[in-house]
Amino acid sequence: MNLRAIRAIYVYEMKRFMRTLMESLLSPVISTTLYFVVFGSAIGSRIDQIEGVSYGAFIVPGLIMLTVMTQAISNASFGIYFPKFIGTIYELLSAPVNFLEIVLGYVGAAATKSLLIGLVILITSRFFVDIDVQHPAAMLGFLVLTCLSFSLFGFIIGIWAENFQQLQIIPLLVITPLVFLGGSFYSISMLPEGWQTVSYFNPVVYLISGFRWSFFGQADVSVGLSLLAIAAFTGICLLIVWLIFKTGYRIKS
Amino acid sequence: MASIVEVEGLQKTYDGGFEALRGVSLGIEEGEILALLGPNGAGKTTLISALCGITTPTGGTARVGGHDIVNDYRKARAMIGLVPQEVALEPFEKVINTVRFSRGLFGKPRDDALIERLLRQLSLWDKRDSRTRELSGGMKRRVLIAKALVHEPKVLFLDEPTAGVDVELRRDMWQVVEGLKAQGVTIILTTHYIEEAEAIADRVAVINRGEILLVEDKTDLMRRMGRKTLRIDLSAPISAVPEGLARYDLELSPEGDALSYHYDTRGQDGTGITRLLQALAAEGLTLRDVHTTQSSLEEIFVGLVKEDVA
Repeated sequence: MNLRAIRAIYVYEMKRFMRTLMESLLSPVISTTLYFVVFGSAIGSRIDQIEGVSYGAFIVPGLIMLTVMTQAISNASFGIYFPKFIGTIYELLSAPVNFLEIVLGYVGAAATKSLLIGLVILITSRFFVDIDVQHPAAMLGFLVLTCLSFSLFGFIIGIWAENFQQLQIIPLLVITPLVFLGGSFYSISMLPEGWQTVSYFNPVVYLISGFRWSFFGQADVSVGLSLLAIAAFTGICLLIVWLIFKTGYRIKS
Repeated sequence: MASIVEVEGLQKTYDGGFEALRGVSLGIEEGEILALLGPNGAGKTTLISALCGITTPTGGTARVGGHDIVNDYRKARAMIGLVPQEVALEPFEKVINTVRFSRGLFGKPRDDALIERLLRQLSLWDKRDSRTRELSGGMKRRVLIAKALVHEPKVLFLDEPTAGVDVELRRDMWQVVEGLKAQGVTIILTTHYIEEAEAIADRVAVINRGEILLVEDKTDLMRRMGRKTLRIDLSAPISAVPEGLARYDLELSPEGDALSYHYDTRGQDGTGITRLLQALAAEGLTLRDVHTTQSSLEEIFVGLVKEDVA
């Protein structure tokens, strides 16, 4: 294992993040604040408590997940797409590193960034609503797993994308709808029965549900199922990444 | 001398069926500068890319320092530095950071003293905190060289190091290459500037359409293939080559004041110069000046590639 290479990639990527630290943190904080103003205060004040939790607090886990998932994907996909775009990928390919080391470096950095952003949002939300995290360890666990798996997913998109449009299209067309329909702002149990069944095919439901459980101790689906779903998603992403490097798909001719 | 790079029957066929390398075999000796010469699309970059791990060969084998480039890629690649043809650098990163990154990527511990030495050697030390996009084209290429050398490779591949670089910088680059050779680095450079190969290479390999046409010591090659021309300037112009000189196959210049005689230093019965000069005297021609020229590597190269196409 070329640990120094992993570290080099990780540090290099984190430096890129630090160069634009304000931009990187500011935009998620602003958008989260807007969500709180609109959903939490303006609309939320007219909504009853959901499962004993005030609406403002109820949307916190969903909001964090929404931002973390999109940030993980955009960071990781850009991180590997950029070297492809400007040609510096030659260096990775000609270095004595294997696919796992490259993935650990890039995905590790993207996951760290999105984790930081997630924690910043959590802190920001405390300025608006009172929330207690009932299971802090589980909360952190879900957050880290989500950061990792969606960074892996972003990495795949970054390898697959051949232009900037493709880089944007998956987050826009797939992730945002899945997150919005995944119970970020409502409980699945509030839906008519037919739509509830449909929702269970949305993998994001399991992530948000598990994450919300770590805050409030209640969930749409069982915690075990949530863990299983995130493990399966991570597994599939890992398999795809392995196949990409095995075949050299879109990075090596 | 032992070969540090051994290539045997290396093939690369792209998915579309295009054969970029058709069984290339080549031995590169430790400490030499080998110029890989060939027209555009000959397979120069493909060969380098295959050896460095950027493309996967479809046949044959290659070893660097005895390590197979596929099965033992870590050890093989650790010995190689690559300077790509296209300038590719992250625009917003500082010079020193991007060089430091390259060393880490190759698994070497951080060594600031070495980096300082290298950047000074390449006249980049003053620019160490500049972002790479602020550098001139020549400076960017030096950064690429620094990145390629920072993990202390034994073999350096320079893919068209002076493409699009002005004359002064080109000479500058040659000096850098000479300096590296003095440090014992084996250098393989691709070029289509024959002048470049002629100026700095020890050996020349000519590649065309995915095949190596020849590998030879540069001076031997030029001596062997070099046709020489003797140009004789006459004191007074003549209207035609005198009949008595017909057997020498002379060319008369359009102005009629010079004769050209082509000869071969490898010829069995000498160059024929002595006989020619005697014959000239016998014809009553007086000479104003005599000089010889040797065909350049460029002419040799064009001749070889043409022969290959025919």
